[in-house]
Amino acid sequence: MDDVIHTHSLVKSFGRTRALDGVDLTVTRGEVHGFLGPNGAGKSTTIRVLLGLLRKDAGEATLLGRDPWRDAVELHRRLAYVPGDVHLWPNLTGGEAIDLLAALRGTADRRRRDELVERFQLDPTKKCSTYSKGNRQKVAMVAGLAADAELFLLDEPTSGLDPLMETVFQDVVRQMRDAGATVLLSSHILAEAEALCDRISIIREGRVVESGTLAELRHLTRTAVHVTAQHPVTDLAALPGVSLVAAEDDRSAQLEVDTSQLGAVVEHLGPRGVLTLTCTPPTLEELFLRHYGNELNGSRSRDDLVTASSAGGTEES
Amino acid sequence: MTTLTGTMRLIRLGLRRDRILLPTWIVAIAGLASATVASYTAMMSDAAQRLATATYAAGNPIARLMDGPASGTDLGAMSMVESYQVLAILTALMSAQAVVRHTRQDEETGRAELIGSAVVGRHARLTAALAIALGANVVLGAAVAGALVASDLGLTGALAAGLSVAGIGWVFAAIAAVAAQVFATARGANAAAGAALGVAFLLRAVGDLLGHVADSGVQVISAWPSWLSPIGWGQQMRPFHEDNWWIAGLFVGLTVALAWVAFALASRRDVGAGMVPARTGPAYAAPSLGSNLGLAWRLQRVTLLTWLGGLVALTAVFASVAESAEDLVGENDQLKEILMRLAPGATVVDLYFTLTMALIGIAAAGYTVQVLLRMRAEETTGRLEPVLATAVRRRSWMGRHVSIAFVGTAAILALSGVVGGAVYGAMTGRWADGIGGLVAAGLANAAAALALGGFVVAAFGLVPRWAGALAWSALAASLVVGQLGAMLDLPQSVLNISPFTHVPAIPAESFSAAPVLILLGVAAALTAVGMLAFRRRDAGVVA
Repeated sequence: MDDVIHTHSLVKSFGRTRALDGVDLTVTRGEVHGFLGPNGAGKSTTIRVLLGLLRKDAGEATLLGRDPWRDAVELHRRLAYVPGDVHLWPNLTGGEAIDLLAALRGTADRRRRDELVERFQLDPTKKCSTYSKGNRQKVAMVAGLAADAELFLLDEPTSGLDPLMETVFQDVVRQMRDAGATVLLSSHILAEAEALCDRISIIREGRVVESGTLAELRHLTRTAVHVTAQHPVTDLAALPGVSLVAAEDDRSAQLEVDTSQLGAVVEHLGPRGVLTLTCTPPTLEELFLRHYGNELNGSRSRDDLVTASSAGGTEES
Repeated sequence: MTTLTGTMRLIRLGLRRDRILLPTWIVAIAGLASATVASYTAMMSDAAQRLATATYAAGNPIARLMDGPASGTDLGAMSMVESYQVLAILTALMSAQAVVRHTRQDEETGRAELIGSAVVGRHARLTAALAIALGANVVLGAAVAGALVASDLGLTGALAAGLSVAGIGWVFAAIAAVAAQVFATARGANAAAGAALGVAFLLRAVGDLLGHVADSGVQVISAWPSWLSPIGWGQQMRPFHEDNWWIAGLFVGLTVALAWVAFALASRRDVGAGMVPARTGPAYAAPSLGSNLGLAWRLQRVTLLTWLGGLVALTAVFASVAESAEDLVGENDQLKEILMRLAPGATVVDLYFTLTMALIGIAAAGYTVQVLLRMRAEETTGRLEPVLATAVRRRSWMGRHVSIAFVGTAAILALSGVVGGAVYGAMTGRWADGIGGLVAAGLANAAAALALGGFVVAAFGLVPRWAGALAWSALAASLVVGQLGAMLDLPQSVLNISPFTHVPAIPAESFSAAPVLILLGVAAALTAVGMLAFRRRDAGVVA
């Protein structure tokens, strides 16, 4: 298994602000890797360092085994980038902007480009100055996703897209992964990451605080369990790693269980004549909030989190 | 709620945004007026000398063309004739840019939408922009008048002089207000105001040249074209000489009329849109666009063609009146003698063309600066990032823009020389002198414009945040040094800062290669520094 992206203790400062404070990020070939964090956590800065637009201050960064700063142009032939905040030349049409960016990358697949224009329902004859935010986003999306690249760096690519286009985007990303491409998807829309990503890294204040598959991350946290039984279950709360949330009567309970202790709990329940048992693994949103939860009480980043959690909540599965 | 609700608040917002920019302009312009008087006071020891100088300025066609109509022998009047041209250009630029900044630029960036959604009337933004610009010119006029009074000149004349400067600012603020309604981009609106300034300059230059000397011998009665130009009006006020107050009515009348047009246009259009509806275009890029050079050319071609057309036309007009300049001098033996002393061995026409091409050269540097700063605009608006994320090298992206700037500058000046020379040749039959001399002069000035361009490239590479301010300041300094340097009696070391100081005075003197090669060397070295620095620094909106 080879690493397509690897950073270790990556540091980047702007004046006195330390935007990246030792980022460790590893993305392996063929995976869709979610890069999660609220606004200002350092997602875009990391991607810009990986693109060779910004020069790192310290630490290591390799992209496809090479130095993103020194070998920027050679690397750019093998990757495609979709920015989250798209600015285009007002006097060019959308179609011209797409073709231009494709031509500057080197290879252009006219059929794939037309197919994507069609799927994203973009009118390529309009001037970029007349596009809405979502349509500008589609131009960058088509230009990036039409590329025949090994690696796709997508920096909040769906900001401004409507839910229909979001679905199209998810289909396209799955196709790319099936074709063997690697994707780094930065996002704060948790439902999108949950639907698409094989592995996830959560970044906070310039550091990656959690990294792994969704299952691994879940393992580190607690599962919600609801049980009703023929016999009393009041002694459950005494087990290690279990806490009682609510007890309706002595034969049913709502519990929070350390995921590693789930087996012990089920064993313990065996002789009690279980009538119903529901185990709900934590959603990504809950994982995310666990890292940022303390900030909910403070004023910092509160707005970001409200946005993130409500966006995640709408498409809970 | 009226259409003006919220205007006061927007004025305060605008003043907050401009709190450094506008005072800097005002202090610089008033300081220039004051410095001119000081150097005139030092130079003119007695009345006889003033009489001689005024007589010379009235009869000399070159002085009429470059400075304006002589207006008597008063110290204040003479220094205003000398400096008004530059004061007017700077004031017009200050005013037009202020209005565009608070109108069309806000629409382009989307700020206007945010403001418009608040409790703000439809005309509040335009009203606030005009109020800021007109108010800044009232302050500027008072500052100029104050500076002149402080230089021991009379109060009445100083007020007239201040009014003549403020009036230009009002008119160009109103011109910019109209342009901001018509053009969909701030760049377009500023360019239109710049073009209007060029036309105003040209009309008064021709009108003053074709005028005649009054019986007193120290005053030029301008021909009618001067009266079509607001710059001409300012000079016809003749502060400290006649103090023609009624001309202020022309300024106010034109300003009110243009502002009325601007408001009428604003009522008829949507926020964000121009008067010309956006059309659809090709769904696919032409092959010519799909390259690094293709993109740079697409972004810069309108700028190049606009400057090319404007400066070629300007040179052609100057060349077409060269013969009458020659005739004017021919009638005046005393003047002929002075000119011959100024440039021994040169003809009057040679001297005339030398000064003309120096002026065109510095104007062409405006093109150089504008094209190079487009790189910074691409970077700050976030359009550079996706381009550099493709297989485009920073060096080659920058190289294409620099090439278009440098080759374009040389082309503009060479073509101006060819066309100007051809016009002169067609009128006099002296084709070789005309075309050869003007092209050589144009290319020599191009070397200086490129050196200034090299400075802009270096600034972009080393201190991107300051590139715009440094570039325009360098251009303004070159303009002031070139037009007023000798008269302000600046030390040679200060004059030497402007690359245009080092251009050989072609065709009045013969071509000498050394200074031109040194200027080109400086341009190449600074460009290399800038390109190396850009390769090593952060690129994109955060830089």
